[in-house]
Amino acid sequence: MGGEGEGLLVRRIRDGTVIDHIPAGRALLVLRILGITGAEGYRIAVVMNVESRKLGRKDIVKVEGRMLERGEVDKIALIAPEATINIIKDYRVVEKVKVRLPDEIKGILRCPNPTCITRKEREPITPVFRKVSEKPLILQCKYCGTLVREEEIPGLIT
Amino acid sequence: MTTPFKGRDVISILDFTRDELEVLFDAADKMDKFMHRGYVPKLLTDQVVSLAFFEPSTRTRLSFELAAKRLGAVTIGFAAEESTSVAKGESFADTIRMLDAYSDIIIVRHRYEGAALFASEIAESPVINAGDGRQHHPTQAMVDLYTVLRLFGTIDGLTYGVLGDLRYSRAASSFILGLTRFKPSKVYLIAPPLLKPRPEVKMVLDRMGTPYEEVDSLRDVIHELDVLYVVRIQKERFPDPEEYERVKGSYKVTLKLVEERGKDSLKILHPLPKVDEVDPALDNSKYAAYYEEARLAIPLRMALLALISGVEV
Ligand SMILES: [Zn+2]
Repeated sequence: MGGEGEGLLVRRIRDGTVIDHIPAGRALLVLRILGITGAEGYRIAVVMNVESRKLGRKDIVKVEGRMLERGEVDKIALIAPEATINIIKDYRVVEKVKVRLPDEIKGILRCPNPTCITRKEREPITPVFRKVSEKPLILQCKYCGTLVREEEIPGLIT
Repeated sequence: MTTPFKGRDVISILDFTRDELEVLFDAADKMDKFMHRGYVPKLLTDQVVSLAFFEPSTRTRLSFELAAKRLGAVTIGFAAEESTSVAKGESFADTIRMLDAYSDIIIVRHRYEGAALFASEIAESPVINAGDGRQHHPTQAMVDLYTVLRLFGTIDGLTYGVLGDLRYSRAASSFILGLTRFKPSKVYLIAPPLLKPRPEVKMVLDRMGTPYEEVDSLRDVIHELDVLYVVRIQKERFPDPEEYERVKGSYKVTLKLVEERGKDSLKILHPLPKVDEVDPALDNSKYAAYYEEARLAIPLRMALLALISGVEV
């Protein structure tokens, strides 16, 4: 886990979660999807644009004091399909998993279609997208049927 | 495979299997016979059917209302002009909750895509989608497929042309999606470049393996067609009015074109209302099936209401 460049910037964490192999420039979006604002009080390190053998350049997010659950982390596959989740205990990686996008994504994304019922004001409704293809990643709005391609996703995160 | 109709929502034509659609068509045949005989059993006595039309409609609303009343149901509801005062700024969800408390079946039309699905998640009573934005109009597709069945005795093995605004017309999209439940010999999608079917519709065609081809001109393919399904092209869809003027001729069906190049047995369908996309000279010809199609909307919708209510047809 981690590269040399990153080691120079941030020290290792004792207990918590390290999200590695995030495409360069998307670390803040990852935090947004996870609903982590910084106000929670955890120590958070965001490392951006470090060298990666796999991705060329990558971002890394470290959250100290919090073990992220599989279910809450999988959503980040929307924008970081290659991301790995490392659970750290006492400075050691005790668990390492790749994210896997769930078949249904509730919330997080806004439907790009302005006349989708999920865009109507004051209605008690949450957008839901279904995965219709993995590679290339294509999602479909459950309500209006609109297809969303991978490259549109970062712009639709709420 | 068939799931019983009782209590089901009707949101998309894709909610129904071929077998289920055939059950529906059989029931529509029975309803049509009742009507010919002049005696219709009051299968929906004491049932309340709500007609919630948030968007203008004459034909669809009237045909649902008539279908419900012929079966003895009570109908309540509102039309688009009244819907703003009914709602008085309340949410769509709250209006649906109110109707749900009053009725056994809710029929809804709304200009937002997904409104009917959302309504079905809120309401306990079954919801029938009478059109949600540009997306679905499942009962129109049922009427259209049933009309083809009545005309040809089959829906399979025929060559179809679907002509006009295939991007924004929910009737055209639903008809195309409905055809994927059967085995058409081929489906020609005939539309100007800006109005080709939406990607999600083509995705279903691809996945179902329905043979189709997108073409620009009716003239090139009309000789192959058994069924020509026409929807209007609205001028407002074109960013450039000149572009509209340039292409509109290619999407007009004239008696001359049909007589010169069409099959003798060609039938023309149209969800109506039509404006100038079909030459009025065709109206009294053997090719025009749209008035029969409009008539069959009544027995078909009667059959659907009866099946959804769970009564024996
Ligand atoms: Zn949508």
